[in-house]
Amino acid sequence: MTTLVIAEHDHARLKGVTRNTLAAASKLGGDVHVLVAGSNAAAAAGEAAKLAGVAKVLLVDAPHYADQTAENLAALVVSLAAAYSHILAPASVFGKNFLPRVAGLLDVQQVSDVIAINSADTFVRPIYAGNALATVQSSDAIKVLTVRPTAFEPAGDGGAAAVENVAAGPDTGLVKLIGREIAKSERPELGAAKIVVSGGRGLGSGDNYKKLLEPLADKLNAALGASRAAVDAGYVPNDYQVGQTGKIVAPQLYIAIGISGAIQHLAGMKDSKVIVAINKNEDEPIFQIADYGLVADLNEAVPQLIAAL
Amino acid sequence: MKVLVPIKRVVDKDVKVRPKADETGVELANVKMSINPFDENAVEEAVRLKEKGIATEVVVVSVGPDKARDTLVSALAVGADRAILVDSGDAEVQPLAIAKLLKAVADKEQPQLVIFGRQAIDDDAVQTGQIFAALQGWGQAAFASISKVDVASGKATVGREIDGGLETLELSLPAVITADLRLNEPRYAKLPDVMKAKKKPQETTTPAALGIDITPRLKTLKVSEPPKRKGGGKVADVAELVSKLKNEAKVI
Repeated sequence: MTTLVIAEHDHARLKGVTRNTLAAASKLGGDVHVLVAGSNAAAAAGEAAKLAGVAKVLLVDAPHYADQTAENLAALVVSLAAAYSHILAPASVFGKNFLPRVAGLLDVQQVSDVIAINSADTFVRPIYAGNALATVQSSDAIKVLTVRPTAFEPAGDGGAAAVENVAAGPDTGLVKLIGREIAKSERPELGAAKIVVSGGRGLGSGDNYKKLLEPLADKLNAALGASRAAVDAGYVPNDYQVGQTGKIVAPQLYIAIGISGAIQHLAGMKDSKVIVAINKNEDEPIFQIADYGLVADLNEAVPQLIAAL
Repeated sequence: MKVLVPIKRVVDKDVKVRPKADETGVELANVKMSINPFDENAVEEAVRLKEKGIATEVVVVSVGPDKARDTLVSALAVGADRAILVDSGDAEVQPLAIAKLLKAVADKEQPQLVIFGRQAIDDDAVQTGQIFAALQGWGQAAFASISKVDVASGKATVGREIDGGLETLELSLPAVITADLRLNEPRYAKLPDVMKAKKKPQETTTPAALGIDITPRLKTLKVSEPPKRKGGGKVADVAELVSKLKNEAKVI
């Protein structure tokens, strides 16, 4: 039994979620190989080789992996699949995009967003925005899983695996990347931050979100998040979204400001260690799951909080 | 250009779903059902393509029980031209099997573009569009927030949501798009359109007629309540909040 973990990386560095996915793979038992498919990605492969629990790193280096398209990645992974009992990727935008293609081509029913591994074929995953947990058993010969990163403690360093160069798969030529606009941020990454400051419709405007939440996040060295309502209202970009259709976070401290607590939002943050809610309406559902609820006008409470920190 | 839009009948997004006491599934008796929200974005996008003269026909298809006809009619009421029900009765149909059924439908219909919702809000699998694209050997733009389809050159340009921003892909048609919420603002159906929708062409087929085995590959052993959070604590003011965070929770 050998598991293949597909690394998420930017060619130079591994993304943090690769470590969480590796941790899930280690729970399966058996050897774990990590695939780094990229363009000039030797540095990322070198980093993967040093992770605890990795038996071998497969480095596939070719220009047609520069853009990490689902089509090319899937074709490659399918060509390597016969040697593996399990294929894992993070349940991030990256993994959600390409891994179902792999499963389809292998005629396997993927198990998405796994939060616990009960055995080599039995897994737990949330359904209905996390309102229920399904325990499912796969009858497929190869198990294809995306793993919810926040459910597994990241693997540490300490490995010394060999890096093996593997020939590239085909360039499918089905899609062409025209461009990428990535917002630069000095803040911690939302999915991995220890503290998240998150805002909702209660903030009233994008300007108010900026004015109140940015200084608070600065004080706490926190990532910034938002409810879908705030994203839909145009206060912040979509990649701030925490919830069923955004990011799943589980920080040490989650501060929900002007967020009502819709089912879809709770799905993305209810595993946070400590939840603070600031909202002027004490009937909002967010207070039912908050450890520390403050019923107050956020326009007064947030500046006070910034001053008190 | 024909556009195919697969849609799913799901528990309404405002219903708080609970597992059954015997943990065999979730409580679905007398629960309000609706079209999956992301599928509304997909239908809207297809209808807009038709309004712009880019699409010539919008066909909606659903895999589900007979009651999924209501869902199909709701899509016809906002501008889809024709509906296909793949009647799977009460059987559980998992994403791989749904993608295979849709492939069988697409092989017959020959659409140039298939627009899915990015995920169904019941099983949250986020798979069907991507599996379908792979089975067809087509390109995909998953989690699309901006789309521009150019038929003359046989290309679609699609902006999709990625971590930290947006990426723009150019796809050769035929291709798959999966719709994110920000792709558009779906319209509401007007009552007269709902009446008219019932007269639009609808056909019914079955997995057996399409020659697809829908036997589930995943066996659900149990469906349980997630661990309950003990919340509901209150603080009187900001000073008490800061003190509790420092001294009790020790998180700042």
